[in-house]
Amino acid sequence: MKLADTLQFASGSLRGNPTRTLLMMLAMSIGVAAVVVLTALGEGARLYVINQFSSLGSNLVIVLPGRTETAGIGPGMMSGQTPREISLDDAQALLRSRAVKRIAPLTIGSSNISRDALNREVVVLGSTSELLEVRHMAMGAGKFLPAGDIRESASVCVLGTKIKQEIFGNAQAVGQWVRLGDRRFRVVGVMSSQGESMGFNTDEIVIVPVASAHQLFNTSGLFRILVEAKSRDYIEQTKKDAEEIMFQRHSGEKDVTVITQDAVVATFDRILTALTMAVGGIAAISLAVAGVLIMNVMLIAVAQRVKEIGLLKALGAPGKQIRMLFFAEAALLSSVGSLAGLVLGYAGSMVIAHIYPSLPVSPPWWAVLAACGTALGTGILFSVWPARRAARLDPVAALAGR
Amino acid sequence: MIELQNVCRTFTVGDQQVAALRDINLRLDASEYISIMGPSGSGKSTLLNLLGLLDRPSSGTYLLDDGNVTDLSDEQQARVRREKIGFVFQSFHLVPRLTAAQNVELPMILAGIPAEERKSRVEVLMQNYGLSARADHRPDQLSGGQRQRVAIARATVMKPSVLLADEPTGNLDRHTGWEVLQLLEGLMERGITLVVVTHDAEIGARAKRQIHMLDGRILSDEREAPNKVPLPQAGEGLG
Repeated sequence: MKLADTLQFASGSLRGNPTRTLLMMLAMSIGVAAVVVLTALGEGARLYVINQFSSLGSNLVIVLPGRTETAGIGPGMMSGQTPREISLDDAQALLRSRAVKRIAPLTIGSSNISRDALNREVVVLGSTSELLEVRHMAMGAGKFLPAGDIRESASVCVLGTKIKQEIFGNAQAVGQWVRLGDRRFRVVGVMSSQGESMGFNTDEIVIVPVASAHQLFNTSGLFRILVEAKSRDYIEQTKKDAEEIMFQRHSGEKDVTVITQDAVVATFDRILTALTMAVGGIAAISLAVAGVLIMNVMLIAVAQRVKEIGLLKALGAPGKQIRMLFFAEAALLSSVGSLAGLVLGYAGSMVIAHIYPSLPVSPPWWAVLAACGTALGTGILFSVWPARRAARLDPVAALAGR
Repeated sequence: MIELQNVCRTFTVGDQQVAALRDINLRLDASEYISIMGPSGSGKSTLLNLLGLLDRPSSGTYLLDDGNVTDLSDEQQARVRREKIGFVFQSFHLVPRLTAAQNVELPMILAGIPAEERKSRVEVLMQNYGLSARADHRPDQLSGGQRQRVAIARATVMKPSVLLADEPTGNLDRHTGWEVLQLLEGLMERGITLVVVTHDAEIGARAKRQIHMLDGRILSDEREAPNKVPLPQAGEGLG
């Protein structure tokens, strides 16, 4: 029997019982669609997080005060000390490393911004002119913080777009004065809209020189130092140098944590990939269930078509051919079912993408392959038993319908 | 040519051995017309199934066209069935979802014959059997006589050397029964060995060779001049 004829005969017997066939295909396609949609969601979450991180800047090494010991309690905690703060001098010292391209110290606090009667609470970021480059930010109008001495507390500020809108409306903001806490600042620039990144909405902040922020909040420590390495190859060197410099400057105490953005991204990447695979795997269970359904229905089909099988044997079909016919039915069912499932899954992903436009929902190719493979595999695997049962029927008894 | 040597067939029913065929020795020549008669349970259907390779003897040897087919594998037996044996059943056994033409085509599909050749052979046969107008009808749209003619067309499409008919007229009224029988007898002119199992003495009497069975044994094996029962002409009001 030719393959084309086998497939045609199998599809004929599938069409001969449309309700049964449609139900089995429905089960198969729901399984495939579930895998596609769930992995698309997981992959979307992963891409979202990675995008968030890369929008923070590239080749970044971050220095933060305090030591995070992975092995439990740090030395500071034992002696009841709070970690020593990182000073502006520490930040500048980092520039001694030849691996470092530039740094941006960060200090953060919240204050009131007011102009005339308008007044709101705002997050104030203290930094230097370098921040623009390090964090890959873009200006909407005017200029960023002026370069100059890191300790100079110039009374200038840069507004996030939303703040600018709320305080100035559509009026020109650059060159105007605003009040932050008890100090007056001249607006030198407005950021372009960048939206949220890492839970930090740059549209709703005000950036001032780091020294001004220190005065405003009456502190001297830094929240973070963002260090940009000269290139990707220098990231490890930068990290080592930063640790070494801070170690020397803090009189032999390892009381800062240096993390590389790559490591953080890689960790998130691993976690979210594992998560995606886990939900995909759970969805794949529904495919196994569909497989059991196929087996069940196939067994019934064998019982219903006992006479037909007997006839085929009488007409000269060996057991092998009968088996092939049932395999072909299962394969057709699963492949058409998976195709329908793919369509369904992609449609579902598009709906989700429509509802959550910020989530880059797209089913990963490996999940699509795995879903179709599992569907075909379980379909054929679970048809082995019914097919064998059909092939082994005694033709005399089968013809008599027994 | 068919030869059975000392063929026995026993079935196990519960814990009892029941002999359906006891020591059968039989030789059928090419182009013979044989009827096998006997009461139910006499072993005639078992004999037919053995001849058609649907069943295997418990002991003994089966020679078909001088080849021993007793111990062939499932696949080899299927091949012999496909190429040398045609079956006609009492209840027709047409595949309900296939049209008449597709039912006739089925053995050739199983044999892997190319589609164009299948089509032309089906057309010729349907024409010969007066079924052309019904070729695209499904079995449930056909009369009993038409169904059996489709079944005969299917049984002969592979040009077998033996045609085994198990009560071919059993589900038909008398008139169409005669028509079908006429059709079957006409096949002998092409050198087919025709074996008809029946319990109807009138039908059995038409064969040149009549075998009577009882309790798994051949009671009598008579070759006689065919009983001169005239074939009624169509429309003569029989049945």
